[in-house]
Amino acid sequence: MNHFDTIAAIATAMAHGGIGIIRVSGEASFSILDKIFCPKNPDKQMSDQPSYTIHYGNIYDGEELLDEVIVLLMKGPHSYTAEDTVEIDCHGGILVQQRILETVIKQGARLAEPGEFTQRAFLNGRIDLSQAEAVMDVIQSGNQMALQASVSQLKGSLGDKVRKFREQILYETAFLESALDDPEHISLDGYSERIFEVLKQLLLEMKVLLDTFENGRMIKEGIKTVILGRPNAGKSSLMNALLGEERAIVTEIAGTTRDILEESLYLNGISLKLLDTAGIRETEDLVEQIGVSRAKEQAEAADLILYVVDSSDKLDESDEKILNLLKDKKALVLLNKSDLDTVVTEEQIREKTDHPVISLSVKERQGLKNLEEMIQELFFQGKISLKNEPMITNLRHKNALEEAQNSLLMVQSSIEQGMPEDFYTIDLMGAYDALGRIIGKEMGEDLIQEIFSRFCTGK
Amino acid sequence: MKSVYSENCDIVVVGAGHAGCEAALASARLGLETILFTVSVDSIALMPCNPNIGGTSKGHLVREIDALGGEMGKNIDRTFIQSKMLNVSKGPAVHSLRAQADKSEYTRSMRRVLENTDHLSIIQAEVVEILADENRVTGVKTYSGAVYSAKAVILCTGTYLRARCIYGDVSNATGPNGLQAANHLTDSLKKLGVQMYRFKTGTPARIDKRSIDFSKMEEQPGDSRIVPFSFTTDPDEIQKEQVSCWLTYTNERTHEIIRENLDRSPLYSGIIEGTGPRYCPSIEDKVVKFADKKRHQVFIEPEGLYTNEMYVGGMSSSLPEDVQHAMYSSVAGLEHVRIVRNAYAIEYDCIDARQLYPTLEFRNISGLFSGGQFNGSSGYEEAAAQGLLAGINAAMKVLGREQITLDRSQAYLGVLIDDLVTKENREPYRMMTSRAEYRLLLRQDNADLRLTRIGYEAGLISRERYEGVLKKELQITEEIYRVEHVNIGTGERVQKVLEEAGSTLLTSGSTLAELIRRPELNYDLLAPLDPDRPVLLRGVAEQVNIHIKYEGYIKRQKKQIEQFKKLENKRIPKEFSYEEVPSLRTEARQKLEAYRPVSIGQASRISGVSPADISVLLVYMEQQRRNVTKKDM
Repeated sequence: MNHFDTIAAIATAMAHGGIGIIRVSGEASFSILDKIFCPKNPDKQMSDQPSYTIHYGNIYDGEELLDEVIVLLMKGPHSYTAEDTVEIDCHGGILVQQRILETVIKQGARLAEPGEFTQRAFLNGRIDLSQAEAVMDVIQSGNQMALQASVSQLKGSLGDKVRKFREQILYETAFLESALDDPEHISLDGYSERIFEVLKQLLLEMKVLLDTFENGRMIKEGIKTVILGRPNAGKSSLMNALLGEERAIVTEIAGTTRDILEESLYLNGISLKLLDTAGIRETEDLVEQIGVSRAKEQAEAADLILYVVDSSDKLDESDEKILNLLKDKKALVLLNKSDLDTVVTEEQIREKTDHPVISLSVKERQGLKNLEEMIQELFFQGKISLKNEPMITNLRHKNALEEAQNSLLMVQSSIEQGMPEDFYTIDLMGAYDALGRIIGKEMGEDLIQEIFSRFCTGK
Repeated sequence: MKSVYSENCDIVVVGAGHAGCEAALASARLGLETILFTVSVDSIALMPCNPNIGGTSKGHLVREIDALGGEMGKNIDRTFIQSKMLNVSKGPAVHSLRAQADKSEYTRSMRRVLENTDHLSIIQAEVVEILADENRVTGVKTYSGAVYSAKAVILCTGTYLRARCIYGDVSNATGPNGLQAANHLTDSLKKLGVQMYRFKTGTPARIDKRSIDFSKMEEQPGDSRIVPFSFTTDPDEIQKEQVSCWLTYTNERTHEIIRENLDRSPLYSGIIEGTGPRYCPSIEDKVVKFADKKRHQVFIEPEGLYTNEMYVGGMSSSLPEDVQHAMYSSVAGLEHVRIVRNAYAIEYDCIDARQLYPTLEFRNISGLFSGGQFNGSSGYEEAAAQGLLAGINAAMKVLGREQITLDRSQAYLGVLIDDLVTKENREPYRMMTSRAEYRLLLRQDNADLRLTRIGYEAGLISRERYEGVLKKELQITEEIYRVEHVNIGTGERVQKVLEEAGSTLLTSGSTLAELIRRPELNYDLLAPLDPDRPVLLRGVAEQVNIHIKYEGYIKRQKKQIEQFKKLENKRIPKEFSYEEVPSLRTEARQKLEAYRPVSIGQASRISGVSPADISVLLVYMEQQRRNVTKKDM
């Protein structure tokens, strides 16, 4: 059995489901659990419990209670990864899941890279490569376009960019090393200032590249488009109209959609992840309340918000709240029900927000074309470009790039602290290696990494 | 049949240069009957080139040799006439010790050690043949026909194999310093299937001290406080009067003379076939390569206390005698120079060291080991380090014990050997700090902490010395813990010490460790603020200081090593068949088949093997492993 560090990830899809599962795998899984989990019977140590048992209790981050959960214990080799594994079943909210994950990481686990659980199962000999690839195929099939995008990215512009970074770093390192070995012929006078500038430029370019991650993710996962609005404004109808199928339940009763519905939609080459939400209003209904708060959470994380306004009813407090959510977001305001008598005008909305306003009638299928064009326009006007501009779409690449960025920042701080030049090379090489991992030039394990990185995290 | 003299022993060492001496000492000290062959007993541990031991990265090697139980460090401590710690303005990773040796004393002293080592005999004879039986070495034969049977043979022939000394159009078939060359062994090795290269190196002239005008040169004195090479040498016992070196420079006139006569250089005229070291270039190489440089440094170094000969460092050459005279006398202070020995280039046979395991044993000839310049390296220190390891491993082999390999994260010696046995090496290999990726952890000051255990386990380090290192280690840990927890207030005394050191005054309390981290402060400077400081073993304070000051860097370097070790620890079985790996590229397969790396890590460093090939290997090996596991179940 190989010995790896302990990894953790949210195993369920990062969306609002009934429950969320945080999976932890590795030698320290049980000891980490003991530090954060307080079972109903507080005398029980999880590390002493037999494999394949389930325990009920609370998860704490220090003093703070995070959630009530049940935990599943699986001791290696009888687990998915063949390592000691713990699964924490918590409530489905993204925030809760993330807080628990953070706590696990705080206690010594590392965030799993995409596909790493399956990779471990493979490396630990529990499944063979063909099995692993079969799992991978299933996961991939829904996402073929994104995969192609990332492969071409890797071969093309992103690879070129990363290679350029690496060349520059290598050049500086080589210069430094030559000077250290041959001080008679190569002088380091003024070198610190020079390399500082080089690093500044490199860091700037890296930041630009890193900033594309959000856009890159949009291409891969789709633009996260959240439909918001007051109850019965026609959100679900809009979703159905866009999808061309009856996906969301549409009734006359306000508040029908109590949870989030999620669908993928391709609009002329642009992938949208469409999320229908519960209408936002003050409500006594507990279930609906939860739906409303989740809608707000979704809006926070949205790439694009479609705010549906019932133009036949005057704006109220809920609309004010929604308009607040729209601040600092990309959004379109849709004045629905233009077929009815309009009470709310485009001008009224424009007074309250700078977001574009479109009048439409979902029911009569009027203005939908306009909406689609508008979404496209927004997408292409934004700094997002699909072609030839290097872009980060893969979390592993992003992490590696951030690692490189950190290393270069450390070189800068070494310079600022007046460290001798020979110290620079440690972090220069750190950056070089990190970048190498993106293009498969460093670390022979990369292919295996690459194969498995195409899994979604946690699978 | 003609009767010949014959004798049995455990281990034969061929050559008594720096590699051979260490190899023979290691083997004999491990209790094995050892015979050391040399073409001249008077030339044991001869320094035919520069009169110093150590220098950048080479000083690290000497420290490592010492920690592993070798002799070089002790021998230079006995015979140095000047000592200097180089690069002290840089970080601790590149601090390097260098000492000027009294050459004849160095030789004499090493000879005395060899002659008084049990189980070791020295024989003056030229070994002409390696005897082997079915790829297993059985002994050696000398020029006279005498046969010496042995269980292992270590080749340390240095620059003597078919050696040729050349300057201008003069070519002598001798080894260095006019010593007898060894002209027969190459053929025997070739018959055994050993692949040979031809390398070249060179040395500058030696000049008469009385003919030098030192007033035109800068004096280069030794350090006021001498640091010994050996961890066993008490610094207080080696403080002594030192002899200075002198610095002068070449000039445009010198370069002009060289350029005008380049066509008469045997290198450019094609007389020399061997490849020379880029990193130890002759003056004519430097003039060509750095055409825009108006001058080059020239160090005038004493060859010993009882000779007037001085070494002209930085001006090795193979130009004709008349050009040498013109060239040297164009240098400031050398206007009236008297040359005692001419500069010359030397060509010799050596091997492609990729035929060796990282243990320095030939892959195809069991029991045959080699070390030193014969393996394609250059330099006394590189030679001695390899000799020591070859000696230890030959002994381990005979004793039926596990052989030792060092990896790149453990020692410069590990880097040196890995480079030699893994990478294509087209010129004499010189150690350099830039070759060590993890040099912040491979410092000369911590070689004892890194390697004494290995020397102890091999049997070359006494239990007492090893326990001393363990104690030192413990003290370092405890003292680091202590200074991290000693709180310094903001009292007047504190501020005064800080002010005197040019450091910012404290506004609130701080730990001692935090203050040590300030660039302008260090562990020793803060002693006045630390009344409870315990009495510590030698070297502990230095380690504590370095550890605290560079903690972040050390941590990051350790992380890099962890990454490196992952691939290094993936061993490739000896009988692994690359033919069976389906998707390996042909070039990679051929290279891997030919050089048979011991680990995935080593495989990844072979030129011609790409990262993709490595991944293919990894996946394949993983599958194999699983299949085996499955069958077991």
